Amino acid sequence: MTNSHLKYRLIKDKLFYLFVILMSFIVTVPLFVIIYYIFKMGLSSLSWDFISKLPAPMGESGGGILNALIGTAIIVLLSSLIAVPIGISAGIFLSEFKERKLAKYVRFCTEVLQGAPSIVLGIIAYIWIVKPTQNFSALSGAVALSIMMLPVIIRSTEETLKMIPHTLKEASLSLGVPYSTTIFRIILPCGLNGILTGVLLSIARIMGETAPLLFTAFGSPFLSLDLMKPMNSLPTMIYNYAASPYPQDNAFAWGISAILCIFVLVINLIAKGVSKKWKVQF
Amino acid sequence: MTVSFSFCLGRKMKQEKIFNGYLYTVSILMIVLFSAILITLLIESFPSLKEYGIRFFTGSNWDPNPPEGKPEFGALPFFVGTLITSFLALLICFPFAIMIAVFLGEYYRNGNVSQFLKSMVELLAGIPSVIYGLWGLFVFVPVIRNLELKIFQMAYTDYSHLSAFSQKLMFGLKFILFDLLKIQPIGFGMFTASVILAVMIIPYAASIGREVISMVPNDLKEAAYSMGATRFEVIRYIILPYCRSGIMAGILLALGRAIGETMAVTMVIGNRNLMPKSIFDPANTLASVLANEFAEAVNQLHMSSLIQLGLLLFITTAVINMFGKLIINKMNKAA
Repeated sequence: MTNSHLKYRLIKDKLFYLFVILMSFIVTVPLFVIIYYIFKMGLSSLSWDFISKLPAPMGESGGGILNALIGTAIIVLLSSLIAVPIGISAGIFLSEFKERKLAKYVRFCTEVLQGAPSIVLGIIAYIWIVKPTQNFSALSGAVALSIMMLPVIIRSTEETLKMIPHTLKEASLSLGVPYSTTIFRIILPCGLNGILTGVLLSIARIMGETAPLLFTAFGSPFLSLDLMKPMNSLPTMIYNYAASPYPQDNAFAWGISAILCIFVLVINLIAKGVSKKWKVQF
Repeated sequence: MTVSFSFCLGRKMKQEKIFNGYLYTVSILMIVLFSAILITLLIESFPSLKEYGIRFFTGSNWDPNPPEGKPEFGALPFFVGTLITSFLALLICFPFAIMIAVFLGEYYRNGNVSQFLKSMVELLAGIPSVIYGLWGLFVFVPVIRNLELKIFQMAYTDYSHLSAFSQKLMFGLKFILFDLLKIQPIGFGMFTASVILAVMIIPYAASIGREVISMVPNDLKEAAYSMGATRFEVIRYIILPYCRSGIMAGILLALGRAIGETMAVTMVIGNRNLMPKSIFDPANTLASVLANEFAEAVNQLHMSSLIQLGLLLFITTAVINMFGKLIINKMNKAA
């Protein structure tokens, strides 16, 4: 009886192990299916024209996505310009003054903002910028995206700087180096890899973000470099073209998805490489 | 010498003060940003709050541009839609997330297999949500629609040649499928949205689960092994109970994601402003209504009502996330 009970338990153990493996790998199935479809449907529309021409009018074939590529680049760059300095500074504050009451409040705000739905940030940018200027604009989109970037950068800066040993800072301060110089010349370079990883991850996060751009940067069929005018971007273009009744537009949406996926993937890979290559070790 | 030294020192002190002041200013800016967001949403949603009050939450008639009379904004269908889609997504995602967490946190902590699975799950989290939506729209919705059509065909097949018992069985099945679940061959709907949402939130729940599972002290596990427990028993009776609150935190954070997720849901949920009658009905969530109507809202009350939805979305996700983070912080302190 004991023997059979033991066998039963061992079999249960084995079955559970198989079940865990099965369930874990089932999750990778949607990933492969999605990637398969993106490249099956998307690669056929990729060509030099696709990335070097302006979009044709809806319903007509041909044309490209040059304006969306440039638009995404401009919007991402602009939001990084807003978010990176503020994010790194706030991260320094959180790691340097961790015990202060203010730090606790700042941490709380960061955490709440990190979980905030992206579409709400779009509403905020709409109320703050689009409504007063009476115009959809790239700037408002960048503001919405920069609010999304901030928490990621702040958190990664704080986590990285926390790991740097005190002795390094103390050695620098004991030599009479001013505090700010210590931060800029000793602490920040040591934590560069972590901060850079955070910045890259936040860029990867906002690059495919559509919801906040729907009523801020809005999208436009023209190539525009004016920050106060509507600007096209890859994700909003996917959304608009997916909803189009014309099959060639839908094929376009797949092509843009392929490009967007490649971008996000490459940035993620770079971020991984960065965090591995310049790992802080003490 | 003394003069220049003290001059230097003075300049350093000043520099330090300026730098500290700068850090403080930036940090206060974060608090200002957060409060400004909250206050803006409150102020902008005030007109609708004043006009509709509690009716906004209990009414189920959402009619921004009626042919005649005043517009009516009752957001109950969207609350119901949001609740059903996100909880259904959680239900679907839960077993998978736990199994991945056990796989990465207990069975394979290091090595190639775990690296592979980890990167796959990270990739799943990295795919932009609009691409999930595109895939859902052109691949998954037709699949679901075909399934529903198959069920319909089954319903209209003649079963008279079957035995009486089988006929009764078919009748019962029909009753469940059509009268309880109200399946329609549309493809778009809350069920479709939930499945896609589930795939999207698995990485969040799984990564937190993995963290807490790998934090279980070894002596606890070793004590169980030394008494002859199998690995399954250790996981079932030691690890999972020990991690209960951590897993709960992961679920909460995933729920926060699910509630705020916009694009993928908007593209597959069917966007209908009526009260959903079953999980296969087309519906709308808070976020998808915003995505659909915000850019086109012309009258002030409509805009204000939509902003009020945004405010509710913001507060709900904030509260859910806060609870999740609270649990995690408590666990980190205990460990």
